[in-house]
Amino acid sequence: MIDELADLYQQVILDHCKHPRNFHSLGNPTCSAQGHNPLCGDQLTLYISTKDDIILDISFVGSGCCISKASASLLTEALKGKTTKEARELFDKVHKMVTTGTTDENIGKLAVFAGVHKFPSRVKCAILPWHALMAAIEGKAQTVTTENDHT
Amino acid sequence: MNTPYKNLEEHNKILHQQNELKQIQKSNPTLFDIAVIRKDFPILNQTVNGNRLIYFDNAATSQKPIQVIEAIRNYYLNDNANVHRGIHTLSNRATVAFEKARERVASFINAKSSDEIIFTRGTTESINLVANSWGLKNLKPGDKILLTEMEHHSNIVPWQIVAERTGAEIVYVPITGDDGYLDLEAFERLLTPQVKIFSIVHISNSLGTINPVKELCHKAKTLGIVTLVDAAQSAGHCPIDVSEIDCDFLTFSGHKICGPTGIGVLYGKYKILETMPPYQSGGEMILNVDYYKTAFKKPPHRFEAGTPDISGPIGLHTAMDYLDSIGRDLIFEHDKILAQYAYDRLKEISGIRIFGPPMNRGGLVSFALKDIHAHDVVTVADQFGVALRGGHHCTQPLMKKLGVESTARASFYFYNTTEEADRFINVIKEIQKFFTS
Repeated sequence: MIDELADLYQQVILDHCKHPRNFHSLGNPTCSAQGHNPLCGDQLTLYISTKDDIILDISFVGSGCCISKASASLLTEALKGKTTKEARELFDKVHKMVTTGTTDENIGKLAVFAGVHKFPSRVKCAILPWHALMAAIEGKAQTVTTENDHT
Repeated sequence: MNTPYKNLEEHNKILHQQNELKQIQKSNPTLFDIAVIRKDFPILNQTVNGNRLIYFDNAATSQKPIQVIEAIRNYYLNDNANVHRGIHTLSNRATVAFEKARERVASFINAKSSDEIIFTRGTTESINLVANSWGLKNLKPGDKILLTEMEHHSNIVPWQIVAERTGAEIVYVPITGDDGYLDLEAFERLLTPQVKIFSIVHISNSLGTINPVKELCHKAKTLGIVTLVDAAQSAGHCPIDVSEIDCDFLTFSGHKICGPTGIGVLYGKYKILETMPPYQSGGEMILNVDYYKTAFKKPPHRFEAGTPDISGPIGLHTAMDYLDSIGRDLIFEHDKILAQYAYDRLKEISGIRIFGPPMNRGGLVSFALKDIHAHDVVTVADQFGVALRGGHHCTQPLMKKLGVESTARASFYFYNTTEEADRFINVIKEIQKFFTS
């Protein structure tokens, strides 16, 4: 039991959940998007500031479960300084990892979310900030919700 | 019985009775033999994630005894045919079983006649039927629909749609706070001649509040207001007497009372059903069809278009027999004792917020642990084999009112034990340790 739990709630995740990084809004973001998981009530807004397609600053505010909060926090850490193209590529890797458990070797710290695939009901929590990210960089104004697709 | 204080007095009285019952329970460990009952529920006898399953999600759906499963199996094995139109033996058998189930529902809730029982897919469809058939016909601009702040989405959304289409306005009886009582003084104030329908949940699925529906419906009736009682959480948990409540409509679902999913009930007073237009139309509900005009059957068949769920009522019939073989009055006491026990033990935990009445609650407890999201609670509990529910419980407006995103909920039934409640409490303590250490 404890092993499975430790797989899901890794120390890094618990840490980011309790002390989320970049947990504030941005004054003049280039783009932003909201993510909403109606199932749990998870709600977050992601702010991104880019220059020449490079993510200079990224932050989030909101509330939700441990997994979604930690996911948003680690997302902001992972994307600072990356191009939006790299962000898209990372989305694909994270998506694959949390749904199948297959971890790309270049995924870095985000590998802590590999255990999520064993908890199908929690995949949506982990992927929510990433959907918000895609909506933000693709300029979709509407709130993204986890109910629009199956992950 | 019309002020909150009198309501509390009533609750105190019942609590006193409960304490007496607890004493009885101590000398006589259970109101009925749970060990024997549990043999009828093989599903409970399994391990989940390496631990013995504790099924505490009964407010979402109950488990089904083998008797119900057998009744459905037997119907498909031996009697399956379409109902009402057939002349042959099997069709006759199916029709008899189907209509006998309707009679059984009538006796289960003490309706005057089985003609007052309409089979639906569940509570949601039952309320939609009333909102669309009765509501669209009778509501007009200036009219008010009186609901309460603790309603399930199924008793809010259909009325919002009907309000939009008719110009009627929705008004809510507020709750008093975390203790989840209805503000009965506000109810009195809101009860105006403009109110045309009052629709209220009997036992709240989020709070566990047992609303005094009989008194409220009687009060509404003095102004000629049509009344609907959502008995989804109460029908299989306590005795229900529609003649005594004197409501115009009462709704419940089969799957929450040991029956199968997909079958529900709408009770309606015949006098009012007679005045209502069809909800859906097609086969089964007609007397005579011409190319341009149709004559409809009388209730209840007017409201049952198409081939109905047949195995559903048959399973539900057996479920109702099963519940009454235990005794719904005893089930109710068991529910309340277990809920009170869980409530009192949870209350000892620091950093917990518990919702709903501190006494005389239905068989469920909703709570929030400080700084731990309900979904994390439920995920970890599941690893210990404890099935809870976390979320907004289809009562988003209520959650907003209480200022929480979601709560975790443990809901009980007659096959649950205080030993299970003890294990559940220990698990909650473990969860707190896990996330705060």
